[in-house]
Amino acid sequence: MFGWFRRKEQSKEVARDRLKLVLMQDRMALAPHTMEQMKDAVIVAISRFVEIDEKGLEFEWKGNERNKALVANIPVRSVRRSAKAID
Amino acid sequence: MSEAIVITSGKGGVGKTTACANLGVALASMGHKVVLVDADIGLRNLDVVMGLENRIVYDLVDVVEGFCRLRQALIKDKRLDGLFLLPAAQTKDKTSVTPDQMKQLVDQLKEEYDYILVDCPAGIEQGFKNAIAGADRALIVTTPEVSAVRDADRIIGLLESSGFDDPGLIVNRLKPKMVAKGDMMDIPDIIDILAIRLMGVVPDDEFIVVSTNRGEPAALSANRSKAGEAFRNIARRLLGEEVPFLDLTEHETFWEKLLKLIKTG
Repeated sequence: MFGWFRRKEQSKEVARDRLKLVLMQDRMALAPHTMEQMKDAVIVAISRFVEIDEKGLEFEWKGNERNKALVANIPVRSVRRSAKAID
Repeated sequence: MSEAIVITSGKGGVGKTTACANLGVALASMGHKVVLVDADIGLRNLDVVMGLENRIVYDLVDVVEGFCRLRQALIKDKRLDGLFLLPAAQTKDKTSVTPDQMKQLVDQLKEEYDYILVDCPAGIEQGFKNAIAGADRALIVTTPEVSAVRDADRIIGLLESSGFDDPGLIVNRLKPKMVAKGDMMDIPDIIDILAIRLMGVVPDDEFIVVSTNRGEPAALSANRSKAGEAFRNIARRLLGEEVPFLDLTEHETFWEKLLKLIKTG
């Protein structure tokens, strides 16, 4: 009987939440090629300062549908003495 | 200065052709020279929505293949002076035209018309690529449903990667009563999800069915329907005018609220 006063989740909220999830998957499905390009760009940028182990490089998406985070694990071999950062 | 606008959606049946016809009618009634291009080769419908199906002699593919001159294929609207239709071919398919040919065609139309509205077919294949080829801007039509919004998102992504940086969104067939009850996604929900500029909201309107039955777009008699008025407003926004959005809110009555409380308990 008290159930009468309990608010049931509105169907538009269900729709919105389902959409957000499915769109995150859709948008990421487009990514493999973009991901590779991004990886390459990051390697170039970081290599100016430090020597990295490209084989050990790991990129992955973390988080939920609201907050996406790109987590990169970049093993560093050594720091360049005279960074090419200035050029 | 002329502009080519493609009207697209991804999903079929959300109202692209209706939007195209009504925006064309609205722009022409404001004194602009407008041509509607039906890019849905093999499944043409803009002709029937416009009520011009009996006047077709040549079509878009005939023009592209050189069977006739562009001027011969254009059908003049019987009601508005500056309004023309270039019908799609019905017996060919999407591969009978290339994006380059479409771009040429649109450029040629730009010499004579202020606005070229291209009605894009559903889908993301060749027909879509043809339709966007010559366009300067894009309008995306969606309905407040999960499937339509999802496809709109995909289309926005494809448009962006083709260089369309600021597409506008038309939300069609909004049912204010359902929104008030929380049973339909609202405009802010959709805009938040798609992160795109809102060009207009068209309420669900039985008059659209009647006007399609008759081949007389609702925007011809905008005073008789909310949907017609909404399309005329979108046309004015396309021209750069600031037009307030129609107030479509409908509140639930006390009895509806009570009934819902009992039902959902």
